Amino acid sequence: MIQPHDSAIVRTLGRIIIPVSQLFGIYVLMFGQYGPGGGFVGGVVFAASMIMAILIFGVDSTDSNLARKILHGDGVGLLIFAGVGGLCLIGGGQFLNYSYLQIPNLDEPSQHFVGILLTQIGVAVDVAVTGVSIAISLSFEEDVTRSEEASNG
Amino acid sequence: MAIEIPLLILLVLTAAGAILVKDLIAAVLILGSYSFALALVWALVGAVDVAFVEAVVGAGLATVFFLLTLFRTNEKDRQIRRPPVPWTAIVGLPLLGLLLLFGAGDLPTFGDVNSPASTHISPVYLESSLEDTRTPNVVTAVLMDYRSFDTLVETIVIFTAGIACALLLRKGGS
Repeated sequence: MIQPHDSAIVRTLGRIIIPVSQLFGIYVLMFGQYGPGGGFVGGVVFAASMIMAILIFGVDSTDSNLARKILHGDGVGLLIFAGVGGLCLIGGGQFLNYSYLQIPNLDEPSQHFVGILLTQIGVAVDVAVTGVSIAISLSFEEDVTRSEEASNG
Repeated sequence: MAIEIPLLILLVLTAAGAILVKDLIAAVLILGSYSFALALVWALVGAVDVAFVEAVVGAGLATVFFLLTLFRTNEKDRQIRRPPVPWTAIVGLPLLGLLLLFGAGDLPTFGDVNSPASTHISPVYLESSLEDTRTPNVVTAVLMDYRSFDTLVETIVIFTAGIACALLLRKGGS
């Protein structure tokens, strides 16, 4: 388990940098259709900010609450992505053909726009959850024997 | 043109350093700087999305994962005992490099409008993606709309990696 960092410089700067990088991740995700970036990079930036919170404040701290809570979203991103494809199927078209998304009052290019945005959010959620999950998995102690005894006893 | 030569020298130096250095933590940090130099090269040739991914994943997240993995190992596992290089590698690898350079002579030049890559399907994407999808960034339109199946399977791969890491490493965890 990762212990909290004891340097005042790191902790103070972390409090400022972590929200800014989370905001930047959401910006990269939302403006991926207009500039460089997109779901994958936005998700990685968001995951990096929460991994930074884990490394600075420790896994058990209240400051890394969001990182622990986001682990419950394992698979939600994939569900969003495949769900958009399923909605296209329900709309009467092929899987992931956004022209068949049943959204009222939208012409076909705008349906594609909405489809791209939703799938990007799905990719971002999936990547962010996986990044935090791998970091937390790696931060578990390798003391396997004691935990096995604990689970058996 | 002036900045390309120092960048390429930096790339070769950091790649060689990451291989040759004895301490694995130092090798990981040098590999991160290699990724950052590579991201600058991608940005220089106009592949901004690739540069972004290389900087964020290669220099950021992968370095953190490597370091977290190394912190789980013992002190003696972080030092490399490198066996002597066999003479077949000393002779064979430069020959292979020469062969690759010889093959690279036939590649189309950078930005060639008559090359197969820029005559086959790229013009279709560049001309019609804005009308089709209202998405000015063509890379996003290709990834998420024209080639969304590839992206879906890529997402499945990432999900599987996370599940596998959790199953392997969180033994006895809550």
